[in-house]
Amino acid sequence: MSTETQTTPPAPATGSAQANASTDANGAILSIRNLKKYFPITQGIIFQKKVADVKAVDGISFDVKPGETLGLVGESGCGKSTTGRTILQLYRPTEGSVLFEGKDLATLKGEELRKMRSNMQMIFQDPYASLNPRMTVGDIIAEPLEVHNIAKGKEKKERVQELLQVVGLNPYFINRYPHEFSGGQRQRIGIARALAVNPDFIVCDEPISALDVSIQAQIVNLLEELQERFGLTYLFIAHDLSVVRHISDRIAVMYLGKIVELTDGHTLYANPLHPYTRALLSAVPIPDPLIEEKRERIILVGDVPSPVNPPKGCRFHTRCPLAIPICKEVAPEWRDVGNGHFVECHVV
Amino acid sequence: MGNILLDVRNLRTEFATQDGVVHAVNGVTFHLEEGETLGLVGESGSGKSVSMLTVMRLIPMPPGRIASGEVLFQGQDLLKLGDEEMRQIRGNKIAMVFQDPMTSLNPVLTIGTQITEALELHLGMNKDKARKRAAELLKMVNIPEAERRLDDYPHQFSGGMRQRVMIAMGLSCSPQLLIADEPTTALDVTIQAQITDIVKRLKNELGMSIIWITHDLGVIAGLADRINVMYSGYIVETAPVKELFANPLHPYTVGLLGSIPRLDEGRREKLTPIEGLPPDLVNLPTGCPFYDRCKFRTEKCLQENPPLMSVGVKHWSACWHYEAVREQRDAILGRKFMQPAAA
Repeated sequence: MSTETQTTPPAPATGSAQANASTDANGAILSIRNLKKYFPITQGIIFQKKVADVKAVDGISFDVKPGETLGLVGESGCGKSTTGRTILQLYRPTEGSVLFEGKDLATLKGEELRKMRSNMQMIFQDPYASLNPRMTVGDIIAEPLEVHNIAKGKEKKERVQELLQVVGLNPYFINRYPHEFSGGQRQRIGIARALAVNPDFIVCDEPISALDVSIQAQIVNLLEELQERFGLTYLFIAHDLSVVRHISDRIAVMYLGKIVELTDGHTLYANPLHPYTRALLSAVPIPDPLIEEKRERIILVGDVPSPVNPPKGCRFHTRCPLAIPICKEVAPEWRDVGNGHFVECHVV
Repeated sequence: MGNILLDVRNLRTEFATQDGVVHAVNGVTFHLEEGETLGLVGESGSGKSVSMLTVMRLIPMPPGRIASGEVLFQGQDLLKLGDEEMRQIRGNKIAMVFQDPMTSLNPVLTIGTQITEALELHLGMNKDKARKRAAELLKMVNIPEAERRLDDYPHQFSGGMRQRVMIAMGLSCSPQLLIADEPTTALDVTIQAQITDIVKRLKNELGMSIIWITHDLGVIAGLADRINVMYSGYIVETAPVKELFANPLHPYTVGLLGSIPRLDEGRREKLTPIEGLPPDLVNLPTGCPFYDRCKFRTEKCLQENPPLMSVGVKHWSACWHYEAVREQRDAILGRKFMQPAAA
């Protein structure tokens, strides 16, 4: 990888190749502080007035270290995709800061922001909807190269062919259209497009949810290989805890716009503290009938409340098996219980 | 258990398309006992849904065609019944729950109307009685304030609640057989746990048989008594659930188990994906359909498609090399944790 400005990052604990990103004071490539994203609900046809907000992301803070994979899990509507998109400034944050390689993206605009985009990319969930059906695979992968003036002409074509090879596709496919590929192959094209600009950081937004089981493993392995080879940092968003556990160094669990727990994968599985994390873990089926027979499930009652009017106090108290009176009144604080294990709960 | 409820023999279903004939189901034979839960596992295009739609006679014809086979339900061949006779069975003795709870309910009718329809049609109940029964059914699937919610429309329910309504509808006529086609795939895990919990409880209470179609080996591990693994329209392996997970004897089953990360495993224990793609159902190979992706293939596999062979107690595998699979699979899966189940 050629165009990177190399600084000396601390060696990531994962044993992956040297991460090629610049970092800020606490050694993080990305620092999110009190990030909020509200979507307004309006009423009226000509004079639209705002009547309420969907509080999709409501004050979250975390760091991502260079070379690591941070998994972000939660159920539909918890705000995990919005978080990913707000970090990349595809949505502008309502409040809070997104410090990426030392610059606050939330305050950047226009040309400056556009330049930053070559360091951060996204892989989308739906491999059928995220590729333009009228463009050839070559054009799709070359577009970021043109937009960021990275390569032209023959060099561009060579780079595209190299990228196809990197993601395990035949370079000869360069003139084919997306419909000629299967779901797994399309996801590889999406990955090649994200890699085209030599990014440091990639948001993977449910990159395997739309794929068949046997294909999912191919893509997961590819993402891991690429991370080692190019020293990439991932924010891996998914609802499938088994996959997130497999690929992530640390995991953040989201519920209704808040991160409720954040720690390394092993601790999260062996010693989950937040009652929601425990329920979520117990609900994930394990493909082994002998284990399933003996497992005790924590079955949560009811559904996730609406993010328009999230419950007062702790957001989980309406479904929490451990709730005490204070949970209904006061929102718990985001605190470190030791060894970088963060949790937001009164009871633990 | 004991009596055979459903006996499917040599079932073949095809679809005529512009590109040729798609061979969706290719000679499927299996049976289901009373009170048994059978898991049908496979990826998209493996024929698991089509085979069950064929059993229900819900294949649109044309372009679909049932090329051969018998579907004996309580001894009666469903494929020979007239449309009216089939209608008496569908929803009444055999019910089906579909994957997508968002689109399988009629958006312009209340939940109550949709549940009572089957009760009035099949059981001849009057309006009041049907409404009472509908409320009971909603209570049975844990929907709060059931009586009031009968007058609500589907959009007023969440995804998980809609799926529970679908299950209530499926159970409304106390069917002997419930076919569930990926009923939890569109739902979140905590809601999935709610649904599987309800289904397990109701199965014990009502004593029905269930066929559960899924691509998720995790869900089925905790639900099924026996599993059929399907690949490109064939059943490639069938065994009791514990036997299948402890002692898989088809390369595809081994491949599936190697492809999925497990929550109880540490980070980055390498996955072993199945390389390549499933075959084109228009031009199926004459040999084994898994040949292209198989680690155990030989010349014989290319020439002759293996039939299901008995490889253990109630265990069949369609692989010429099941002995080699038996020897090598633990190394492939890198596993140390599973012990073969006592027969």
